[in-house]
Amino acid sequence: MLFFASLILAANAKGWSKILGMKWVMKYPAGWRLPLKSHITNGMEWLVEEASFGLFTFKEFTRGIAYLLELPLDFATAIFSTGFRSGLGNEAVQVLPPISWIAVIIIVFAIGHFARAMKLTPAKMSLAIFAMLCFLYLAVFGQWESSMITLSSIVIAVPMGVIGGVLIGTCGYRWPKFEKAISPLLDLMQTMPIFAYLVPILFLFGFGPVAAMIATVIYAMPPMVRITIMALKNVPSEIVDFGYMAGCTRRQLMWKVLVPSAAPGLMVGVNQVIMLSLNMVIIASMIGAGGLGYDVLTSLRRLDIGGGLEAGVAIVVLAIALDRLSQAFAEQNDMALVHHHAQKPFLKRHQWSLISGAAILFFGIGGYVVDAFQIYPESWEVTTASFWEASVKYLNVNFYDQFEALKTALLTTFMIPVKRFLLGLPWPWVCVMLALIGWQLGGWRLSLLCVVLSLFIVVTGQWQKAMITVYLCSISVVIAGLIGVPLGILAAEKPTANRIIQGAIDTLQTLPSFVYLIPVVMLFRVGDFAAMIAVVLYALAPAVRYTIHGLRQIDPSLIEAGIVSGCTKRQLLWKVKLPIAVPEILLGMNQTVMLAISMLVITALVGTRDLGQEVYIALTKADTGRGLIAGLSIAFIAIIADRLINAGAKKLRQRHH
Amino acid sequence: MPSQSVKLSCKNIWKVFGGNAEKIMNETNSENLDETLKEQGCVVGVRQANIEIYEGEIFVIMGLSGSGKSTLVRLLSRLIEPTAGEIIFDGKNLLDATEEEMIEIRRHKMGMVFQHFALLPHLTVLGNVAFPLEVQGVSKVEREKQARQVIELVGLKGRENYYPSELSGGQQQRVGIARSLAVEPELWFLDEPFSALDPLIRREMQDEFLRLQNVLHKTITFITHDFDEAIRLADRIAIMKDGRVVQIGTAEELVLNPADAYVEEFTSHVSKAKVLTVGSVMAAPLNANDVAGHVSVKDLIADVAVKVEAADKPLAVLDANGEVVGSLSRDKVISVLVAGEGYAGD
Ligand SMILES: Nc1ncnc2c1ncn2[C@@H]1O[C@H](COP(=O)(O)OP(=O)(O)O)[C@@H](O)[C@H]1O
Ligand SMILES: [Mg+2]
Repeated sequence: MLFFASLILAANAKGWSKILGMKWVMKYPAGWRLPLKSHITNGMEWLVEEASFGLFTFKEFTRGIAYLLELPLDFATAIFSTGFRSGLGNEAVQVLPPISWIAVIIIVFAIGHFARAMKLTPAKMSLAIFAMLCFLYLAVFGQWESSMITLSSIVIAVPMGVIGGVLIGTCGYRWPKFEKAISPLLDLMQTMPIFAYLVPILFLFGFGPVAAMIATVIYAMPPMVRITIMALKNVPSEIVDFGYMAGCTRRQLMWKVLVPSAAPGLMVGVNQVIMLSLNMVIIASMIGAGGLGYDVLTSLRRLDIGGGLEAGVAIVVLAIALDRLSQAFAEQNDMALVHHHAQKPFLKRHQWSLISGAAILFFGIGGYVVDAFQIYPESWEVTTASFWEASVKYLNVNFYDQFEALKTALLTTFMIPVKRFLLGLPWPWVCVMLALIGWQLGGWRLSLLCVVLSLFIVVTGQWQKAMITVYLCSISVVIAGLIGVPLGILAAEKPTANRIIQGAIDTLQTLPSFVYLIPVVMLFRVGDFAAMIAVVLYALAPAVRYTIHGLRQIDPSLIEAGIVSGCTKRQLLWKVKLPIAVPEILLGMNQTVMLAISMLVITALVGTRDLGQEVYIALTKADTGRGLIAGLSIAFIAIIADRLINAGAKKLRQRHH
Repeated sequence: MPSQSVKLSCKNIWKVFGGNAEKIMNETNSENLDETLKEQGCVVGVRQANIEIYEGEIFVIMGLSGSGKSTLVRLLSRLIEPTAGEIIFDGKNLLDATEEEMIEIRRHKMGMVFQHFALLPHLTVLGNVAFPLEVQGVSKVEREKQARQVIELVGLKGRENYYPSELSGGQQQRVGIARSLAVEPELWFLDEPFSALDPLIRREMQDEFLRLQNVLHKTITFITHDFDEAIRLADRIAIMKDGRVVQIGTAEELVLNPADAYVEEFTSHVSKAKVLTVGSVMAAPLNANDVAGHVSVKDLIADVAVKVEAADKPLAVLDANGEVVGSLSRDKVISVLVAGEGYAGD
């Protein structure tokens, strides 16, 4: 009923509102806007220009932090990439060269070996060889220099994220009130698009690798905080009691008892931080990080497909290598094996550290004599750029019509009508609808939340753009659902399909979000359609995963009951399994929505006109207020969707039981 | 035998888990206290417990799982705060101690052994045993020296550099015991220390424990849900049910005069010969010619059975001063042995 009313309204509201002289219904008048944007911008300016703590100004304070962070970062960059120099500018002379590429590869091999050295399994070399091959790939395909710049920022950002996360996490564990206070903040940080906080960081810390690293740390830290709190809470209560009985002070209890006991759990967090930092690589390059991310970004801007893909794949290779290495360390918490290892003679125990050290020295000194020791010779490099260009060209030449046809068909029959519909709805109507749905699903609290959050979007003048975000997001989610749920069903029913689908999904998830953009732009050029495809690809995984899980967890006796009552396979699926799995599938769709929203911001690069674009523009202009408001609006859309879907799934589940 | 000075006691102590238990307890009168607590979703862990533990004795707290034993021992060590009542340690109210004072008391006067060992996985045996000394700030050389001594005491010499995961359950608990003894505590708490071990190992560990106590003479609070274990180890036993201390006494007293059906049920499966002393079943003294040797009043029937049965006449019973206070006939011993389960004294 209400839906049809909305349909009619959407089609005619514009006309009616004109007749009734109620234009404000369609377009929230500029005069009514809360000037929040400019307040924030002015506030930031005041902070940066005038705020002072007496002894020093706020600006000096932030620049001081930046300076402090720059030291370790410079150090890491010197080791991996630039070498140590003395003197300034062009007159600088290299005092020490960076580590030779051969030495790096040997070190990576040694680390891989060490991560598994304690294990007694025969396959313990496989990881070392795999990691080594990954790094060799970077050298052979000409990505070495950029990779090392990226690696040096990762090497600094990850420990900072881990240490910061553990510190905040321990505070959260110790003071439950503090945990309560930061919990919604962590929620917000995880739903707020990264771009939105790039802007204030840019403003406070200036453009450059340090600002980029701060953004990376902020992005990668929240899961570490969560995992730390959880790991600490999971320490057996007897161990905590023991700590008190041994007469530990609170500090000793935390650092000598709790944290070491929670170490295996914390290692999982470290792996997360590494993966998220790598996810951030491209975005961070927007505020000054160099390396692979910068290469992808510039290629994307130049629409240099081959170069972008090469750098993108290099990020993936680096990510996979670091992921496997850190996972191996996370699994290695069996102290018995450590003991076994410690009993070996010194030379055997330290053989790889010694070999690595020797390699650094040998190739470092050798580098002065033989250039190839120091830098991977350009003539040995293999480039795949032309191959990618050629294949895209081939696809475009031969399938141009088909791609165009697909694009136009989807655009005219589906996307544009939905866009018209959503943009045609008057904002008060949408708010009322949200309130009603919220009330239906979760009572007045949820209803109130929906109204307040959506009114925020209205009064800050973001309505039109927000609706475009909603439109792109809902289209992508529907398509992701249409593809993902059947794939999930297929995987749940057929073991062979399962293996292929799970493998594909796993790979899709390790790719940094930007990588999706490159091939899509190549094939479909910029615009809503390309954005939609990229979002669908990125957000597909949870739809598939949750469907599989939902179908797998059905109580077998229910299925047997279905079979006994004579269902055909098809009936079994449609009448028994799927209805039971619906709440689970809904949760998967919820995750899909969240991922879609975070990806939408990135697709602003390919020319959408939604809130993401707003954030992106704010970023290029360093306009803090604009960026934050748009970012918050996106986060609020995500929160509304999240709470509504969760409430719906909960309600369905209650009905089942 | 223990001297009779009280080392640790608690008076009318309560522990109620859940939100505003304290407020409810203050505001509600005793009749409908239970109902009110239940309505408010509170769980009673310990209910009005009174206990006195004498210097140098092994005091066993016994009860089924969930009866509040762990809660009581955690109250006595002030790991949790009581909802009401007081705890007196060496004549002072333990609840008045500040956080710093508590740390000092635990560092020097208390040790605890846990059911699941609670060893720190990242430290070796040596590191674990030395840990309580480490937090006190004892130098590495000194604490490792002391730790090695206790490790030897519990029979783990040679395993100093092993990690807990490399040891069997019995060995791990030996580490737990060594660790709790490293600071030479006066009060020793053991919360079901042997429950997680196999029966054979458990027996071995009980013997080991008695051997240690013979050397160390600590004041011990030992928790178990196994009555056999309790009578092997205890000087006195407290039986708990639903958070209440139902009865306190020696094993013999519990068997002879159970306070209620619950205690009787508990003790009915026990072989009486292992619990009853000669004194509790002896008859009036006989002439010196009619006896063939002597036993002590305090001997257990099980320990003297062979001797009595081998003799052709009854034995004289002597008290601690060597005075004849009764006689023990073969028939009496046999009736205790045969009656086994059901016998509850005369
Ligand atoms: N932290 C707690 N919060 C709530 N209830 C508890 C807590 N600890 C123990 N209890 C409850 O107190 C009762 C006694 O538990 P416990 O002392 O552990 O028993 P026992 O050690 O004899 O098995 C049980 O009903 C248990 O559920
Ligand atoms: Mg217990």
